[in-house]
Amino acid sequence: MKHIVKILSLLVAISAFWIGLLQAAIIPRSHTWLLPIYFVVSLGCYGLLMVGVGLMQFPTCPQEAVLLQKDIAEAKDFFKHKGVDVGSN
Amino acid sequence: MAEGKKSDSDAIDENHRYQNSPEEMADEMETKGEKKYKDVDFEIIVVDDGSPDGTQEIVKQLQQLYGEDRILLRARAKKLGLGTAYIHGLKHATGDFVVIMDADLSHHPKYLPSFIKKQLETNASIVTGTRYVKGGGVHGWNLMRKLTSRGANVLAQTLLWPGVSDLTGSFRIMSDLRTSLFGRLYKKSALEDVISSCVSKGYVFQMEMIVRATRKGYHIEEVPITFVDRVFGTSKLGGSEIVEYLKGLVYLLLTT
Repeated sequence: MKHIVKILSLLVAISAFWIGLLQAAIIPRSHTWLLPIYFVVSLGCYGLLMVGVGLMQFPTCPQEAVLLQKDIAEAKDFFKHKGVDVGSN
Repeated sequence: MAEGKKSDSDAIDENHRYQNSPEEMADEMETKGEKKYKDVDFEIIVVDDGSPDGTQEIVKQLQQLYGEDRILLRARAKKLGLGTAYIHGLKHATGDFVVIMDADLSHHPKYLPSFIKKQLETNASIVTGTRYVKGGGVHGWNLMRKLTSRGANVLAQTLLWPGVSDLTGSFRIMSDLRTSLFGRLYKKSALEDVISSCVSKGYVFQMEMIVRATRKGYHIEEVPITFVDRVFGTSKLGGSEIVEYLKGLVYLLLTT
């Protein structure tokens, strides 16, 4: 099944549930009408939260840059001894 | 990082899509050939689209050093693009596993043993690198770039439910105008299957690859890797790149 079909079915199920709530009037109608907005807003907030959390937790590795330069120097040296000319950029 | 297991039945191919710098590629060869691969049978396939700065000469010299059965140069007449470079390289691959890497050390070969180890432990079809977990990371990124990377990833996760935590390895395109992928290790059969079903170009192609692999039910594992920017590019994040990315997401949403 294509992914979009899965998502659409999920949306249809949620909509059916929402319409059901409207009809059944378990919750006062005025609140039910606003539910989709709440849903979209909370989805947006959740997304922003995930971005924020991810941003804060973004691992950095400054030591890797140093290691990389070392590796490159080592490799260049190695090749010089073996007679391979790698030139310089 | 020593190799733990002797596995002479696991031949490994590495497809290098060559970018711009012969010295970087040579560095990569050295770190790989000398230090890491004592127990594993491997060959390195270099796909070069007629780069003007002496790559092919250097590769030939490396072939003298390591042997032509170890380093295969498969040149193409002109710049033909990323996806076809893979397919081209794949045709010449004879091993059971294929690793695709950029030849500019953005994928440091020192992670290859951990990729191999993960594959041997889990028998995964695909092992991909992630910058977002502990043990991984980036260097040289400013806040804006981290923000766009994270934002784009969250968006892609929400829409596409991919099987991996780091889908947007290509975010370099936004600042460097070059495509860059994460190094990934594939079972050869898995790679052939996934590539043949992908149709997009550029960096959407590599996102498509991992999403299609997830849809097809391939077992995908992740390994933390670090990503150091070699070129501290200062180009701005353009609106057009964002649009391209969003278009790519919608395309993947609708067709995978």
